[in-house]
Amino acid sequence: MLLGKVVGNVWATKKDESLEGLRFLLINPFRLDRARSTEVVVAADPIGAGVGETVIVAFGRAARHAIGRGQDVGYQVAVVGIVDQLSIEGGEPLEL
Amino acid sequence: MFVGRVVGEVWSTRKDESLEGLRLLLVDPLDLPEKQGTERAGLVVAADPLGAGFGEEVVIAYGRAGRVAIGRGHDIAVEAAVVGIVDDRDTGNGSELC
Repeated sequence: MLLGKVVGNVWATKKDESLEGLRFLLINPFRLDRARSTEVVVAADPIGAGVGETVIVAFGRAARHAIGRGQDVGYQVAVVGIVDQLSIEGGEPLEL
Repeated sequence: MFVGRVVGEVWSTRKDESLEGLRLLLVDPLDLPEKQGTERAGLVVAADPLGAGFGEEVVIAYGRAGRVAIGRGHDIAVEAAVVGIVDDRDTGNGSELC
């Protein structure tokens, strides 16, 4: 699983039918040094996160469980939680 | 699996219900020094059934192995878990992980 910031949305009309009705987000993984990573992942979002929010992203079976359409579906990455608070190096929790 | 250092904790209210009551840690994977400055693995979020503390080194397992450690079956939205807290380690050639 990883932590990342929602940086955008993705829409696709022509797609695998198992993706119908799902919302897809672009997520920029979080780095410890707060520098912006260049990587972007696409995740299905059953929770309802918005651009700018920090989210927990899961892969594989865990992601498909979160979507709730069984395991025979055409995606492998999903938002499983929206982060409210984050504590780094034992510091006071930061509200996000 | 990999070894990493616990660098933070994450709290979430809006989440998949299978994550309810699980502690979620931020773990920074350890690398050999010769890899420092090159592309590093990013931070990993892992469920922690063992109670690791900040700064401790932990062993992280992925997928089915990680879910076994959580003990709630395999229909949960968890894919990485703490399966051990490191007491000591030795890389064998005098090289340090950092």
